[in-house]
Amino acid sequence: MSSLLKTLNSARTFALALTFAFVVVAARGEIKVGDAFPLLNAPGMTNLAGGDLPAVAGKVVLVDFWASWCAPCKASFPAMGRLHQAFSAQGLVVVAISVDDKPAAATAFWKRLAPPFATLHDRDRSLVEQVIVPAMPTSYLVGRDGRVRFIHRGFRGEATERELREQVQILLTETLTSTP
Amino acid sequence: MKKRFTALALISLVGLLGSGCGSTNLVRVKPWERATLSDYSMRPDRDPLYTSMSEHIYFSRETATGGRGVGGSGCGCN
Repeated sequence: MSSLLKTLNSARTFALALTFAFVVVAARGEIKVGDAFPLLNAPGMTNLAGGDLPAVAGKVVLVDFWASWCAPCKASFPAMGRLHQAFSAQGLVVVAISVDDKPAAATAFWKRLAPPFATLHDRDRSLVEQVIVPAMPTSYLVGRDGRVRFIHRGFRGEATERELREQVQILLTETLTSTP
Repeated sequence: MKKRFTALALISLVGLLGSGCGSTNLVRVKPWERATLSDYSMRPDRDPLYTSMSEHIYFSRETATGGRGVGGSGCGCN
């Protein structure tokens, strides 16, 4: 009888440990609106244009995850270029981050499109695995306080550009002290 | 008897989890890992000749005139 109780007790402990493990795994979710966006200087992050990573502290940042094999990503680059041209003087920093596993593919794509904004390569995929992007491409609009304020999955042409433009304009009018 | 049942249940649970059935990370290709899946060679219609032959076999078997190219069902009456 006592050995049976001991077995049941250990089974209960084991089940509890499993439940805890599942909760821990489930809690490791993707970045949501309101979360702090991770630092861009993740291991393996390189600037495709060479040089340092862009300075983003205190700025409104549009972070876009892209890949050379992703057709909507290619379509989104001219729109992001227009956002950069329109708002960079007011404090918007556009950062496009490649998640290509082949550096040569990312570099060839970057050379072909020659974007006017900062373009990085997450060589080790350390940032994308922290953010856990739900789709390709996904754009994160980060406020001056470093928190994610808007997330856009995919790219749907003018509708997406209009949506991003509206959100950028709202964020640019906010100062660090007035952010919620 | 109960002890044996508990042990069996535990072994089954460990086997189930160990096989990857309980992990969501193992069953899904992450969005940033789909380079191979998005390659041209993965497209089912990458070979026009193969596609037309497959379509021909399909609509011949289904006796649907026009195959997938026209509206209607596989009743052979369209």
